[in-house]
Amino acid sequence: MIELRDIRKVFNSGKPNEFAAVQGISLSIEAGKATVLNGPSGSGKTTLLSLIGCMARPTAGRIRLFEREITSLPERFLTEIRRQTFGFIFQQFNLIKGITALENAMLPAYPLGEKFSSIKKRGLHLFELFNIASKAYSKAEWLSGGEAQRVTIVRALMNNPSVIIADEPTAHLDTKLSLEFMDILGKLKEDGKTLLLASHDPLVYESGVVDRVVNLRDGRIEGAEE
Amino acid sequence: MIFHPTVMALFAGSILVSFMILYSASYAFLILRKWDLQSGSELQLNLERKTYLISTLIGYAFAFELLSFFLYVFTADQIHTFFVGAMCAAGSLYANDYGYPTLILKLVNFLLAGIWLVLNYVDNRGYDYPLVKTKCLFFLLLVPLILLETFLQGNYFLRLNPNIITSCCGTLFSTETFVLPSAIGFFPSIPAKAAFYVTLLLTVGSGSFYSLKGKGGYLFSAASALAFAVSVLAIFSFISPYIYELPTHHCPFCILQKEYGYIGYLIYVTLLGGAIAGLSVGVLMPFRKIKSLSEILPLFQRRLAMASSTLFLVFTAIVTVRILLSDLILEGY
Amino acid sequence: MRTWIERHRNILDFTLSSIVRRKRKNAALVSVYTLIVFLLASVLLFTYALREEASILLKEAPEMIVQRLVAGRHDLIPVTYIERIRAIRGVSSIKERLWGYYYDPIVGANYTLMVAEDPDVIPGGIAVGEGVSRIRLASPGDTLEFRTYQGVTIELEIKKTFSSESGLVSSDLVLISDHDFRKVFGTPQDYATDLAVRVRNPKELPTIALKVAEILPDTRQILREEILRTYDAIFSWRGGILLAILFGAVLAFIIFAWDKASGLSMEEKKEIGILKAIGWETSDIIRMKFWEGLVVSLSSFLMGILLAYLHVFFTSFMLFEPVLKGWATMYPAFKITPFIEGAQVASLFFLTVVPYTVATIIPSWRAAIVDPDSVMR
Repeated sequence: MIELRDIRKVFNSGKPNEFAAVQGISLSIEAGKATVLNGPSGSGKTTLLSLIGCMARPTAGRIRLFEREITSLPERFLTEIRRQTFGFIFQQFNLIKGITALENAMLPAYPLGEKFSSIKKRGLHLFELFNIASKAYSKAEWLSGGEAQRVTIVRALMNNPSVIIADEPTAHLDTKLSLEFMDILGKLKEDGKTLLLASHDPLVYESGVVDRVVNLRDGRIEGAEE
Repeated sequence: MIFHPTVMALFAGSILVSFMILYSASYAFLILRKWDLQSGSELQLNLERKTYLISTLIGYAFAFELLSFFLYVFTADQIHTFFVGAMCAAGSLYANDYGYPTLILKLVNFLLAGIWLVLNYVDNRGYDYPLVKTKCLFFLLLVPLILLETFLQGNYFLRLNPNIITSCCGTLFSTETFVLPSAIGFFPSIPAKAAFYVTLLLTVGSGSFYSLKGKGGYLFSAASALAFAVSVLAIFSFISPYIYELPTHHCPFCILQKEYGYIGYLIYVTLLGGAIAGLSVGVLMPFRKIKSLSEILPLFQRRLAMASSTLFLVFTAIVTVRILLSDLILEGY
Repeated sequence: MRTWIERHRNILDFTLSSIVRRKRKNAALVSVYTLIVFLLASVLLFTYALREEASILLKEAPEMIVQRLVAGRHDLIPVTYIERIRAIRGVSSIKERLWGYYYDPIVGANYTLMVAEDPDVIPGGIAVGEGVSRIRLASPGDTLEFRTYQGVTIELEIKKTFSSESGLVSSDLVLISDHDFRKVFGTPQDYATDLAVRVRNPKELPTIALKVAEILPDTRQILREEILRTYDAIFSWRGGILLAILFGAVLAFIIFAWDKASGLSMEEKKEIGILKAIGWETSDIIRMKFWEGLVVSLSSFLMGILLAYLHVFFTSFMLFEPVLKGWATMYPAFKITPFIEGAQVASLFFLTVVPYTVATIIPSWRAAIVDPDSVMR
């Protein structure tokens, strides 16, 4: 479903601090499965995630999404594809302070021109699904770690994407919450979503939910694929 | 120089616009030379980012251009009291050699700016910036026109000398009254009316046909251009006299005044809007073959044609109703 | 079309909540913005109101004033000229006018003395404007002293004061009888200051004026229209000069606006990064900034105009009086009649909102092009 061929990503090209985060990676992500990118920090996991998730364009190489070449698409259309295909869960939660949890979750749908009331309805429904309906109108800064994590999941699901991308999702969670999180992911997989995670947490890559682990080191894939 | 606030506002606005245009022009040049969608180079990414800025800047600048056309006429109308014999903008514009050329250029720029904005809109709908180079070229052609307009307008205002009393003589200016070239006004009204209604019928008809069937785009576009020209002449020839209820009053500016319910604005906005939309249909024709636009462009053009026809129709309706309500009987004179 | 509206509505929703979240920064911006609009609007409203006052005033004035010139200066005009002018076809009436300036050393002020038909003004009595009354602390029943051209002091009793429709003109006015006027100034019996002429058909005025110039070559003819035009030009000119001076303030405001728009706090930068990461596009951010600018502009604009309106029409333009009325010892304490017109609002809009918008375009764009993956690094 997602195909990467010979992807390279170089930052600060031409300057003294030039740095190649990803050096020649070829990869195929299967639909409906959960894949984990495993590796130490600096291995290029985050960069690779942002490339796959249409957040950045590679310096070289080609990316195909659903058979469609997306490498040379201008930002406008890349964003269009991204917001309909991918939902992101960030390492740092990245909720906007000062607005409610519900508003935070509704944000991805704003630019799509949907009616405000129907966005809200969908948001509240998802909040109930994840058992945080009581926190819908609390300001984001008052949420606990686990609650905030679930709000970011709802936010990622807001546009009904087919792929969920999570970057070090368990970095700020204790064991109990991490296991709960993997459970939620399992349910999302059952719903037909494709999952892509970057993590060096064994709780994640050794979980039963995960179908495949790709090991990265220094911007390259280590060894053969599982 | 007249230090009238509206004059200063117009002046300041034009200078601002000129700067914005010049700044954008430097990037337009760059885009024309270096744009390459396939390369993922730093320069290309920067150019892509810059297109947002340039679109916004030019969008605002041209929006001001559209407004400033009306503001110019409005200002000229406001200052007519400074000139003996001037009853309205027509007189003020005659006060020096720059008044009318500025107006004509402003009209031309109005139409061109409108068309560019349509072109820009279409370019943004294509996923690979299909019209970016055409857009930039067209824009660069417009740049000298706009700068020239600022220059002419500036000269007009700077060289205005209000007819005020000087301490020693209290000279009579009255002997220097002027006569507006009224040759156009003497266009006989019956042929003018015929030409007017026939052309507008043709335009609205071909526009509706095109928007339903998608055929005859060039014909429609040409018809709309013709309709615009004929309508302008018609305003001079018989529409104005009907509104003023005075067979000898052919001034196209007085209809903008309060006495006539500001009907002039309605008339000009619908007419100019219809013209821009109609002309754009023709301008967009050659781009239908481009892959990324092949689906959306024809539909968009049909919508444009519909909008144009509607505007022309509204324009005709307003004019006709006004003529019917007028107490003037023009023929048999 | 529907999507377009909804998209803007949603973005506007978020924008409003953003503005409220950054109260202090926006409060500073709105205050300065309002101040600028207030200053400019005050000038515009005031000059316009004065122009309107002048034209109201002059409505009743005679169409033409004939004055005699000697060696390029205004001199007394022989009363015999009246019949010669009356003979011109089209003249409906002609009257002699007696008026002059009297310097009162006690208060250092100039009064305008004028002879007019008023039943209360009998020899020995005068009617004065409220400015005179105020500065001499005199009211009906009191007497004022005048020194004649021969050095003799005479006393004249104030019969009444007037509050005219337009305090601009009558404030320093003293209506006096013909007899007393000539006593004070020594104007000979067969001379007048100038002549006021009314014509039947205003369109014929230029022709009539030309005829007067022909038969009385030592006179000049001042047409009412020309006075109006001159007042118009002067007030516009003065208003314009003031605006030009305020240009410095507008420039400072532009720089301030640019600075505020560019100086995004870490918090704001992070927010925009998050928005882009979750799927907002550069043009969506630009739309948001556009709405921000619009909300700020509109509220400042409206508040500024409102305050200016109150300032000009309720406090009679306290802050700027001296510049516009010229140097005089007496200011009439009058209330200007409120006048406001579309032209003012439009000019104001172009002088404030447009520069502000232009100043914020580039900073808004810079804020909007943040890379979406910036929050991930």
